[in-house]
Amino acid sequence: MALAPADVLAGLKEIVEEVAGIPAASIELDKNFTEDLEVDSLSMVEVVVAAEERFGVKIPDEAVTDLVTVGDAVNFIVNAAK
Amino acid sequence: MSRRRVVVTGLGATTPIGGDVTTSWSALLAGTSGVRNLTEEWAQTLPVHFAARVAVEPSEQMERVELRRLDRSEQFAIIASREAWKDSGSPDIDKERLGVVIASGIGGVTTLLDQYDILREKGARLVSPHTVPMLMPNGPAANVGLELQARAGVHTPVSACASGAEAIGYALEMIRNNRADIVVSGGVEAAIHAMPMSGFAAMKALSTRNDEPQRASRPYDLNRDGFVLGEGGGILVLEEYEHAVARGAKIYCEIAGQGLTSDGYHIAAPDPDGVGVQRAVKFALRDSGLTTKDIVHLNAHATSTPAGDVAEANALRAALGADADHVAVSATKSMTGHLLGGAGAIESVFIVKTLQDRLAPPTINIDDLDPAVTVDVVRDKPRGLPGGDIAALNDSFGFGGHNVVLVFKSI
Repeated sequence: MALAPADVLAGLKEIVEEVAGIPAASIELDKNFTEDLEVDSLSMVEVVVAAEERFGVKIPDEAVTDLVTVGDAVNFIVNAAK
Repeated sequence: MSRRRVVVTGLGATTPIGGDVTTSWSALLAGTSGVRNLTEEWAQTLPVHFAARVAVEPSEQMERVELRRLDRSEQFAIIASREAWKDSGSPDIDKERLGVVIASGIGGVTTLLDQYDILREKGARLVSPHTVPMLMPNGPAANVGLELQARAGVHTPVSACASGAEAIGYALEMIRNNRADIVVSGGVEAAIHAMPMSGFAAMKALSTRNDEPQRASRPYDLNRDGFVLGEGGGILVLEEYEHAVARGAKIYCEIAGQGLTSDGYHIAAPDPDGVGVQRAVKFALRDSGLTTKDIVHLNAHATSTPAGDVAEANALRAALGADADHVAVSATKSMTGHLLGGAGAIESVFIVKTLQDRLAPPTINIDDLDPAVTVDVVRDKPRGLPGGDIAALNDSFGFGGHNVVLVFKSI
């Protein structure tokens, strides 16, 4: 099932706010998970698992290291859902 | 070179009778019980339906994102340590001279059990990546150490219900041995959950006075029938005396010494002769350079179990001799319940306040004093303590036969 990038971004904002306590309004496509959003390696696992549940996609461990920014994650999820 | 002296320069607590030290201390002097019925469904299936939960939920004292990464025991440690650190004046110190020693009896047991439920119901993928840092018993000390960037050493002695007192003693030695100038020390516990409560109930260690929860914790009363499980934590900032003076710190009192022994008797039962307790008292007095004449107050371990309270009282009478007559004994677990690894820590906080205000807190719920109790128990109302130089003891004992006695002295 195709997912709209805007919907994925909105969902990711909610997830990152829940996991890292960063206000959704300050989460944008160009934000770096580690440097800008205080999502450390443990919290990234939480983000990934929550995103898999929410969007019905698989995000393999080897793909996670390439998800540096929020935009990377949006692109990966949109492509995975095609 | 003479031995480095250690003083108390900060206090913090979150207890069943208050969300901080000031509130807890006022409630203690007023004889307030922190014991309440548990409203959770699981509690109704146990032999015991009550416990002493903290008076103020961590969710009212911390950010949401902190809460989800910390076990409840770690939350208590952070909350009480923030209060204690602020109370000590948030000292500007070389972090390599700052230590943390915070104990817990059981560590992150509720995290362990909750995540096990998730594993069984939803599978391994859904187990939180924070599980291990949350369940490890050194988690409370580690998180406080991280927040304060302590680099002299972060430690967690584990000795069941003596853990909190042992942590404070360990901190004392860290400063005496010149490993650190300031050590944030204490103990926490968060074990109010069906599983540990069932285990304690199976040992017949818990009171089952379900019709009168607030009257269930009754140390020294003839009809005591077990302890009441409590939760929370207490933190003391210990500091080398000259260091405290040099920065103009508020100094509450001195922590003058400690005595540690083990029973070698039984995994859970107290040695009825209390020989190990007597030796711990003797060692603590020797370590602090004091005698039985100097002691005016004792915050007892007294958990409200039939065997434990009398064994302890007999041991104290034997250790203190005739001088026990001028020792005002308070059993504050009558109000807070038993915080296991947090007990010796909150009771040490209470002793520091007792020396400051020269007021020994009451022991509530004694309708009929057990005639086998041969010490002078402060009942119902606080009792004034003499002026001049005074000293007080805290004793804590743990399953496994651990005995810890701490000595605090006015300054």
